[in-house]
Amino acid sequence: MNEYEIVIGLEVHAELSTKTKIFCSCPTSFGAEPNTHTCPICMAMPGTLPVLNEKVVEYAVKAGLATNCEISRNSKNDRKNYFYPDLPKSYQISQFDKPLCEHGYVEIETEQGKKKIRILRIHIEEDAGKLNHDEFGGGSLVDLNRAGVPLIEIVSEPDLRGVQEVDKYLKKLKSILEYIEVSDCKMQEGSLRADVNVSVRKKGETAFGTRTEMKNMNSFRSITRAIEYEANRQIDVLEDGGEIEQETLRWDEVSGKTFSMRDKEDAQDYRYFPDPDLVAIKLSDEYIEQIQNNLPELPESRKRRYLEEYHLTEKDANIISSSKYLADLFEEASKISNNPKAVNNWIISDISRILNETEMDPVEIPFDSKQLGELVILIDKGTISSSIAKKVLVELFENPRSPEEIIKEKGWIQISDEGAIKEVVLKVLSENPQSIVDYKAGKDRALGFLVGQAMKQTKGQANPQMLNKMFIEEMQKS
Amino acid sequence: MEITQLPVHELMEKLQNKELTATQITQSYIDQIQAKESDVNAFVTTLEKQALEQAKQVDERKENGELLGKYAGIPIGIKDNMCTKGIKTTCSSRMLENFISPYNATVVEKLNEENIISLGKLNMDEFAMGSSTEYSYFKKTANPWNLNKVPGGSSGGSAAAVAANMVPWALGSDTGGSIRQPSSFCGVVGLKPTYGVVSRYGLVAFASSLDQIGPITKDVEDAAILLNLIAGHDEKDTTSVKQEKKDYTLHLKDDIKGKKIGVPKEFFGEGINQEVKENLEKAIETYKSLGAEIEEISLDVAQYALATYYIIACAEASSNLGRFDGIRYGYRAKEFHSLKDLYKKSRSEGFGAEVKRRIILGTYVLSSGYYDAYYKKAQQVRTLVTNEFEKGFQKYDAILTPTSPTVAFNMGSKSNNPLEMYLADICTVSVNIAGLPAISIPCGVDKEGMPIGMQLIGNKFEEEKILNMAYAFEKVIKFRENYQPQFIRK
Repeated sequence: MNEYEIVIGLEVHAELSTKTKIFCSCPTSFGAEPNTHTCPICMAMPGTLPVLNEKVVEYAVKAGLATNCEISRNSKNDRKNYFYPDLPKSYQISQFDKPLCEHGYVEIETEQGKKKIRILRIHIEEDAGKLNHDEFGGGSLVDLNRAGVPLIEIVSEPDLRGVQEVDKYLKKLKSILEYIEVSDCKMQEGSLRADVNVSVRKKGETAFGTRTEMKNMNSFRSITRAIEYEANRQIDVLEDGGEIEQETLRWDEVSGKTFSMRDKEDAQDYRYFPDPDLVAIKLSDEYIEQIQNNLPELPESRKRRYLEEYHLTEKDANIISSSKYLADLFEEASKISNNPKAVNNWIISDISRILNETEMDPVEIPFDSKQLGELVILIDKGTISSSIAKKVLVELFENPRSPEEIIKEKGWIQISDEGAIKEVVLKVLSENPQSIVDYKAGKDRALGFLVGQAMKQTKGQANPQMLNKMFIEEMQKS
Repeated sequence: MEITQLPVHELMEKLQNKELTATQITQSYIDQIQAKESDVNAFVTTLEKQALEQAKQVDERKENGELLGKYAGIPIGIKDNMCTKGIKTTCSSRMLENFISPYNATVVEKLNEENIISLGKLNMDEFAMGSSTEYSYFKKTANPWNLNKVPGGSSGGSAAAVAANMVPWALGSDTGGSIRQPSSFCGVVGLKPTYGVVSRYGLVAFASSLDQIGPITKDVEDAAILLNLIAGHDEKDTTSVKQEKKDYTLHLKDDIKGKKIGVPKEFFGEGINQEVKENLEKAIETYKSLGAEIEEISLDVAQYALATYYIIACAEASSNLGRFDGIRYGYRAKEFHSLKDLYKKSRSEGFGAEVKRRIILGTYVLSSGYYDAYYKKAQQVRTLVTNEFEKGFQKYDAILTPTSPTVAFNMGSKSNNPLEMYLADICTVSVNIAGLPAISIPCGVDKEGMPIGMQLIGNKFEEEKILNMAYAFEKVIKFRENYQPQFIRK
């Protein structure tokens, strides 16, 4: 096993977040009633013609520049011909031999240090529609809302070795696309998908093994699972003296296995040729320069800033800068609360934990930086305790509104009034005389118990520092 | 003279000075359609009732003092490959037998804005593939000059309807000669504009890089007028050219003295009918007498144009016609047992033999392993053809050739011999390959009285020049005054 090396190349399809489709003015938004985001053009009615959405070119160039690509001054659209009911024109408008962007790279951190994953090309193309298999009628229904939604396909060189690198590369790519705001990368809505090419070879060999391809994978987890399974399968075949067949495989999430598609997809001849309905894409140096100059700050640079300006730890800076949404949340909430350390802690611990537990993507965080900033201020002012704050955070995830409003509504304002605290302290002490004895005998745990009782009686609203102080004072008095 | 014999520029004058109403004009054409359609079979769909209603409306609006366009109330016929909302657009194919477009082609919109009245949709070779209109799924259109002969194609319905005075003018489309060749066969005027002058939006695509909509008319002035009405940049068609609005009638009547005309010897050689050749030679003498300078030139590379044309046109068609898959609209086979079977049967039964032949040819030339030898090579030759014409137009104002090597042929004489049918396009295809404008005008008749057409090719965006030269010629030979179709059967 260990004498083998897994070689992976990825073709990542990212849906671009333009408002309208690539060749018509239908909206791209997700989740509409079937076939309501369609028009004669994206339904391929006879006689219709495509008109290229210039935003798509701009977004693709942005992606190219952010991944260190060369941008082609002369590019074109080509037709990829094949029949399928979700492809209304019976050809997909894509780019064949002259992609918009070429020869770039993305840098990832590996155990051996930084590694450049080369990008062969980035091209623009249109998405196909969706087939919904009718559970009742037994047939299939075509929904063309997604037909014509713009995509970029980012093709890597086979530079990835093993699933950790794949995971890092995908995360980095996703983070870059989010930062430059060209794709919202929502995997569960299919706006980020990948075709995965896997081969294995003995370590030290220079020639690549025969690869297999798995298409349309749309979660990081299934990608890594599928690669692991497929690499092991290939190694087993080779160890048994067999040969790997170059083919397209289907990954089955339930059984955790890959299956041969058996219809010889590779034999498909797409008959690419330049689309005569569209004029060549010519980009000027000024146009490209302008996009370059307006590129937003990318994750690397943010991370550096977080280390230098905010003195975050390397680990925290990595986590926060990996997502544009987290990074923006961090910077803006820090500005509002003037307490970056606290904001950092909230993001790294409680917010990250909730995201993990609910399998939520940072982009889906329902509250905004103002609300997080206010939450930190309320703790800093002593209006609420940190344990109340945790409850407020849960509320923010469930039904976001101003934290002040939440605590008022829920009656969670911290009791910091000395008289009220004293009343509770005296009551608790009178109910627990043994604890006083224990405390005096040097058992520090008794103090914790008393504070806990007081918190219980005040439903967590008493100021814990004040409770502490007052219990000690009162016990020393007696 | 009968109303239906008048060219549109004269009809328009009579409308303006209230000698005629839109209703009278429209009614005359409907009468003529009713009289001649059973002989000519030019229409796939006629819109008699709707047309009369529209004509009445135009008259009423005018009566009420509303200012309408100059050509409001003039009828027209439209080739059945241009999309018309609410009216069938069949491309003369079983595939689209009952297809109703949800939108109007840009040219149709433009005509509607002018309140021009559609008399119906005109027959054609299926999906514009053919040179005789015999490949229509519905009917064979006859040549009004001799009902046993073909009207040419693919815009045979348009040319025959104009020749038979069933419409005052018509729209055709031209991918390799589909406006000019039928115009030549039917003794009318046909203009293929420069690629990009008229929007293709709503024209059911045959070969996208070659297709162009243009006028088929009784005379040259009408061609210029109709081009005025349909030309212009369209945001929906990125291959339509952004240029300032032109008036194509502006230089129509200019003196042509000193104009230089090149006559390529390759277009007068083997395969060109003797009578056609002699007639063209007479036309050349006419031009000389008008003061034009004629020189023989060589367009050597044009001999490769036909092969180039059939590779590019079929390649594009094979992809353009993929959308007719039986899924969303159009013909779907009644019984099928799988998706593949649905595709196979729907397309086998929905398309005619010629369309299938071209889809197969096109699929072949685009296949990996053959792409370089055919499609790529054809694109290279296309550049050579374009360059050779460009060189020619540095020196000449127009290039003169026959429109077709022969006059109209008998029905059935070529429909089973595709190669011979393809040769009917030999004089016209290089114009589409190079994206140039060209006009076909009648220049005489042969011994049997069948019209002969002359083609004038112009430089890109110089429609005015060829219109001007065609107009000067027309004034001299007075074809329409001397010859009229007689609807004989011989």
